[in-house]
Amino acid sequence: MEFEYKVEGGDFTNAGSASSSVKKTLKKLNVDPKITRKIVVALYEAEVNIVAHAYRGDILVKISPEQINITLTDEGPGIENIEQAMVEGYSTASAKVREMGFGAGMGLANIKKNTDQMNIQSEVGKGTVLSFTNFLS
Amino acid sequence: MTVDEIVEVIEGVVVTKTDADSLEIEYAMASDLMSDVLTLDTENAALITGLSNIQTIRTVEMQDIQCIILARGKRATAEMIKLAEQDNITIIESPYAMYRISGVLYQAGIKPHY
Repeated sequence: MEFEYKVEGGDFTNAGSASSSVKKTLKKLNVDPKITRKIVVALYEAEVNIVAHAYRGDILVKISPEQINITLTDEGPGIENIEQAMVEGYSTASAKVREMGFGAGMGLANIKKNTDQMNIQSEVGKGTVLSFTNFLS
Repeated sequence: MTVDEIVEVIEGVVVTKTDADSLEIEYAMASDLMSDVLTLDTENAALITGLSNIQTIRTVEMQDIQCIILARGKRATAEMIKLAEQDNITIIESPYAMYRISGVLYQAGIKPHY
């Protein structure tokens, strides 16, 4: 099955609503709660990244009996140096983002930790595509 | 510890209507940094925090944390309470500071993660 969600940059009130919806779906599908937690933590980090850094984005979620694949595509400033962005503690987040409890530079590393496969591609001035896969058993 | 026991030792008030009676808290962490909370691997935990906003609720929802203790008189907004109740998350408000809540709960047997 497939689901699509829209994310607006700067909309901290609704940040996490897509992740919440995916969590409810995985619960209904009786996915192991430990696996579900890893998936939704990774997705929530990525969703907050769009809200914090991009202008807008799309989330595409594909679920099969074996795995879940999530692709987040955003229009935004892009990431200049992905290797640097992956380093824990490195962040370009604004004061507003930090006020919300984020922007510590731990997001991408935490996404990697919670997923089985992760791929990130970015073009400066255009946007970022992040995709990840988790196996469901 | 049960929610009732926690409330008693931190002079707290439960502001949500959830199935708090069945909740048994074994661990706690204190943080205002949600990025940090998202790196935890935890069960039966409470989050002690001074950060009171909608993303506090979202963060604990993703982490399967069922109890938030708001420190130093921070209040939950109506929007936070509504979202927390939907996800069966109990919010306790306490006049104590994070350090005091942590100390009192540690003494009462709530375990740390690291």
